[in-house]
Amino acid sequence: MTLKHSIHILLLISPMSLLAQSETIDTENWWASPGVVGTLVLVSLIMVVAILIMIIRLNGYITGLNERKHLKQRLEFSEELTNLEQADIDLILEKRKQSLNYKLKGTELGSDYEASDSKGLIQAVTNEPDNPIVDEKKRAAEALETPKKLKHLIIFYLGAAVFWLVFGTLVGQYLGMKFIWPELDSISWLSFGRLRPVHTNAVFWGWASLAMFGLGYFVIARTSNTEIYKYKWGWYAFVLINLAVLIGTLCLMSGINNGGAEYREYIWPVMALFALGLIINFWNYYKTIANRKISEIYVSNWYLLGAMVWTMVLVLIGYLPFYQNGLGETVIQGYYMHQGVGMWFMTFTLGLIYYYLPASLNKPIYSYSLGVLAFWTQMLFYTMIGTHHFVFSPLPWWLQTVAIVFSAGMFIPVVAGTTNFLMTMKGSFHQISKSYVLPFFLVGVVFYFVGSTQGSFQAFRFTNYIWHFTDFNVAHSHMTMYGIITFILWACIYAILPRLTGKEPPQLLVGAHFWLAFIGLFAYMISLMAGGTLKGLSWVEGLPFIESVIMMKQYWVSRAIGGTLMFVSHLLFAYNFYLMVQQKAILKRPMKSSLDLKESKTHV
Amino acid sequence: MFDIHKNHRNLVVLALLGFLILSLGVAIFPAYQSQNNTEPLPQMEPMSEVELRGLQLFIKEGCVACHTQQVRSIEMDKTWGSRPSIPSDYYYSKQRMDIWRQSPSLLGSERTGPDLTSIGNRQPSEEWHLLHLYNPRIVVPESIMPSYPWMFEEKVNPDEDEKVLSVSDEFKRKGTEIIPTRDALDLVAYLQSLKQAPLTGQQPEFIPSARKKQEGINTSDKQGKDLLPDGKNLYMSTCSACHQAEGTGLPGAFPSLSGSSVVNDEDPEMLVRIILQGYDARPEFAQMPGFADQLSDAEIAAIANHERTNWGNDAPEITEEEVRKIRNFVINQTQ
Repeated sequence: MTLKHSIHILLLISPMSLLAQSETIDTENWWASPGVVGTLVLVSLIMVVAILIMIIRLNGYITGLNERKHLKQRLEFSEELTNLEQADIDLILEKRKQSLNYKLKGTELGSDYEASDSKGLIQAVTNEPDNPIVDEKKRAAEALETPKKLKHLIIFYLGAAVFWLVFGTLVGQYLGMKFIWPELDSISWLSFGRLRPVHTNAVFWGWASLAMFGLGYFVIARTSNTEIYKYKWGWYAFVLINLAVLIGTLCLMSGINNGGAEYREYIWPVMALFALGLIINFWNYYKTIANRKISEIYVSNWYLLGAMVWTMVLVLIGYLPFYQNGLGETVIQGYYMHQGVGMWFMTFTLGLIYYYLPASLNKPIYSYSLGVLAFWTQMLFYTMIGTHHFVFSPLPWWLQTVAIVFSAGMFIPVVAGTTNFLMTMKGSFHQISKSYVLPFFLVGVVFYFVGSTQGSFQAFRFTNYIWHFTDFNVAHSHMTMYGIITFILWACIYAILPRLTGKEPPQLLVGAHFWLAFIGLFAYMISLMAGGTLKGLSWVEGLPFIESVIMMKQYWVSRAIGGTLMFVSHLLFAYNFYLMVQQKAILKRPMKSSLDLKESKTHV
Repeated sequence: MFDIHKNHRNLVVLALLGFLILSLGVAIFPAYQSQNNTEPLPQMEPMSEVELRGLQLFIKEGCVACHTQQVRSIEMDKTWGSRPSIPSDYYYSKQRMDIWRQSPSLLGSERTGPDLTSIGNRQPSEEWHLLHLYNPRIVVPESIMPSYPWMFEEKVNPDEDEKVLSVSDEFKRKGTEIIPTRDALDLVAYLQSLKQAPLTGQQPEFIPSARKKQEGINTSDKQGKDLLPDGKNLYMSTCSACHQAEGTGLPGAFPSLSGSSVVNDEDPEMLVRIILQGYDARPEFAQMPGFADQLSDAEIAAIANHERTNWGNDAPEITEEEVRKIRNFVINQTQ
């Protein structure tokens, strides 16, 4: 009976399941393929297992250590007891007797004595304790002795950077809304195709580059223990770079671009302004480091100098015309757009972390050698992988393969860097809840690992198959340029500006900035990753193209919401920046007058 | 040896040389090779002046931000061209534009909109392109492409010889007519010129991914009826741009299929012939291109059946065999 039944069931099921299989084979295959979820699941599985094992092992080891310590202490104690002399025992017993006879008088917790603070320990006294929403964070350390000229230079670089951040992301936010309302305007200067490069270039060359230069000026002066070689040169470069972004923006909006290649949209006369600024700043940095008062070159300066040298070469190769017709241009484009991110923003920012992270933790970097290893592997691996933006394209297959293989090699510098930063932070994680700078660093470092690793995964042929050309790319670029670069730059700015100017932003606003940016980025990323994957799958299935546009609408809406949070956080950041650099001191610590102090006496 | 920990000059020079050597190998050398070892295909023609102007407008407006021009060597890209793109395809289009601007970056990195490699084949109608450019939502309601009104003029009394677009009042100011400027016409001329040149000899092949399609065609279901590909999907990707998703067409530009006597005719010959050869007999509508090269017999049958059984239409379904007969007849006739 049961056998008969089961055969029936089998017969019923098998043709159906066969049919279902042949119909969904595409999508199911891709989901199950090692490229997409498989690898990620496996890796995360291994990670989880590894972490579990590590925790258990660590736990066992610590317990063992503690037990041994206890045993030793007990032995020592009993030895001490047996070796006691008679006189010592008498003394102990006498003391004990006195203790037992002690009686409370009833005035221990309060008295008629006048309260006084003879050592000046009390900073602020209030008889109206306010109830803050969040715990108060640690204040910045005492102001640093910095030459006024340097202070000025840094503040202007950072100020211009903040302007371009707000401008660039306002444009980005507007573009994101155009995905939902394509008829937002019909003005040629604001059309999507012209405005998109305005957004990317403004945040690249305006925000990130200027902020990096400004923060770098402090690093070289500090780690070389010397004056900046020529302040004037810093100002020339400042003007040139700002001019480049300004003119570039106007050119792009009026329809003058270099040919539409990403991040090379500025025509060469405009980019030449930027390049000139870069060269001037490089020479200024180089000479400053050459004048250092210590024999070793601190590892931060390796990264800063490397980034600048490489970017000069990069811009030159990207703009020289001799090999850029036909697909020559495409080869260069893959190389240029990847190295623009990798050799310029990533390398320079790493250099900044190597100074600002240990400086704000007040401890040395975990391993100098790991930093050096990451430097050279960064150069070796990053340079080779540009063509992974053109997998399955008509570019030579060997070039694509090299790019994919070296993308996997990127794990080495990424793991070396992440390990170094996390090990530096190790033992100081409890400070995260007490500092408004460290959360930015932690998010930046975690994104450095996650974003870079995810990028390497994306280069594999399998994953490229589904994700390339979709919005997933946009998610990845925000994960890296925003999650890594921008968060680290914020961390550095919040770490250094209060110590230069002696003024701190309100902690509540810094917290709001952090959480809005973080949640916004997360919403942005997840919606485009999910939408991009579904889009790719719909293409694999061969559905009409417009279906993928209709399907994406809801994901574009959540992207726009995430983008709005990000943009609002930038406004808060700009306001915080203003509070940190403004001349009038309105945000000094709330010092109570001596009158208040007397009045509050009764409460103390 | 180099003492790079203490010697800043050696450090910088070493980093510079290392990067330069790697860059030569991975960028400059392959770029040189690519530029100098590529010849145009024999059937390719140099771009005309009008097309070249169109290309420059294409770059000026940043169309490459959303439209790729590369058919990758994978199965899903078959929608965009009959063969994977090869370096020769870009011989004429990717040349330095002028002293200020480099060779246009046509391959692109994102497909927010469709690939344009063979848009000239897929969508040859000038009328459609002009309407689409003036406001994409006239022809594709769900489109999120920007409209380009600055390439058109609004006129109350256009001259006799001027081309007037048939735009409904919903999309323009009442009482005015929409006249394309030279920019619009040149850009459309460029788009119309985008076609894959035929490749003689061995074709580069797509890396297959889906077994589904090959299984779908040439098999029959239990009743012995042909299992045709999904007619709705094919209609949506091939026909709906002009005739619209619900077969309504656009007054003054593209005829309605709903209730059409050609579609509902018991004898499918006229319908299939129009799909195969195209149609340009009615002056009030734009010209329709033929799809004989793009669609197989099974696909045409599937599309025809979708049209004959939807939107209030009610005509008997046709088979792949019938389409094959009409195709052979048409071929004989033209020879």
